[in-house]
Amino acid sequence: MAAVPVLFVIVGKNEPLYEAEIDTSTGIHSSSSGDLSTRQNYFVLHSALDLVEKSAWTTNSMYLRVVDKVNHQQVSTFLTAANVKFMLLHSGKGEEVVKNFFNEVYQYYVKLSMNPFYKFDTPISSKAFDTRVRAAARAYLS
Amino acid sequence: MSRNASNNILDRPLGFRATPAGRSSDVSSVSLSAFAYVYSELVQYHQGRAASISELERRLESAGYGVGLKVLECVAYRGKEMKRETRLMSILHFVSSSVWKSLFGKSADSLERSIDNQDEFMIVDYEPITSTFVSVPQDLGQLSADAYVSGIIAGVLDGAGFSARVTAHNVQVEEGENSRPPTNATPGMPRRTEKAVFLVKFSPEVLERDATLER
Repeated sequence: MAAVPVLFVIVGKNEPLYEAEIDTSTGIHSSSSGDLSTRQNYFVLHSALDLVEKSAWTTNSMYLRVVDKVNHQQVSTFLTAANVKFMLLHSGKGEEVVKNFFNEVYQYYVKLSMNPFYKFDTPISSKAFDTRVRAAARAYLS
Repeated sequence: MSRNASNNILDRPLGFRATPAGRSSDVSSVSLSAFAYVYSELVQYHQGRAASISELERRLESAGYGVGLKVLECVAYRGKEMKRETRLMSILHFVSSSVWKSLFGKSADSLERSIDNQDEFMIVDYEPITSTFVSVPQDLGQLSADAYVSGIIAGVLDGAGFSARVTAHNVQVEEGENSRPPTNATPGMPRRTEKAVFLVKFSPEVLERDATLER
């Protein structure tokens, strides 16, 4: 059984803005993990949202570390200054590794939001953003 | 046909601010005349489409609101500290110092708490750039051209989770109140007789949350 792919989502105030399922083991996109586990992954990620909102006001750092653990999977979260949530479902990566990944994605996110045609809290459809997030995930998380 | 990869906004640097003191010719500053020209066009555009003074102000506010949301992320990122503002006073200081510096190249002149109302704060600026080159005609009465800035403030506060109603007011400067020499005075401009007061009124749930965090 190959390594479990990581799942990364950006969640705005009302809806997910960006989703990516990234297979960090080979770089080749494979759907061998099956539909069911993917759906379960989404479920785990979104059910962690309540926990994120609960801890959001207790700390003033952006990186909230691991907020939820289900079986062997962990949910790490990063909140931007405008409380946009970056969430990553992974199987036990190092805290620093995940932090570096989030920092890189944050940089892309801020640059993306500087685009006058991108409206805050709307789904991200930029292909360039997608490419860079996937490259960052492979660079940091494999 | 294909665009050069380095043309993509995601590959360009985010224009980091140099040291706060010194270097006045900053990479991220815009020419004053260019700004004044674009801003006057913006005001005229909305003036032609607004039926009343309050509608014109509301239009300027909503034009600034989106800017505020983006400024928040950008300033927070450039701050390099990787922290969010979770407390009422710290977000107000963030607005009146960090945000103000990045937008206008200086801090706001003062930040005061209203004596009468616990939920009201005032950010005072003696030389708001948005009304420096605007003279309000008689028939527009109390119009404040700084409504755009109040929209930016509202955007920053709202984005950070502190929903607030922000309004801009022109207030007569009293004799001897502002003794400092003008900081970015344009030669030939008379001394300003009015200051801009941005009244920030937080919504009750924000104050409630801040009170619980106090404990």
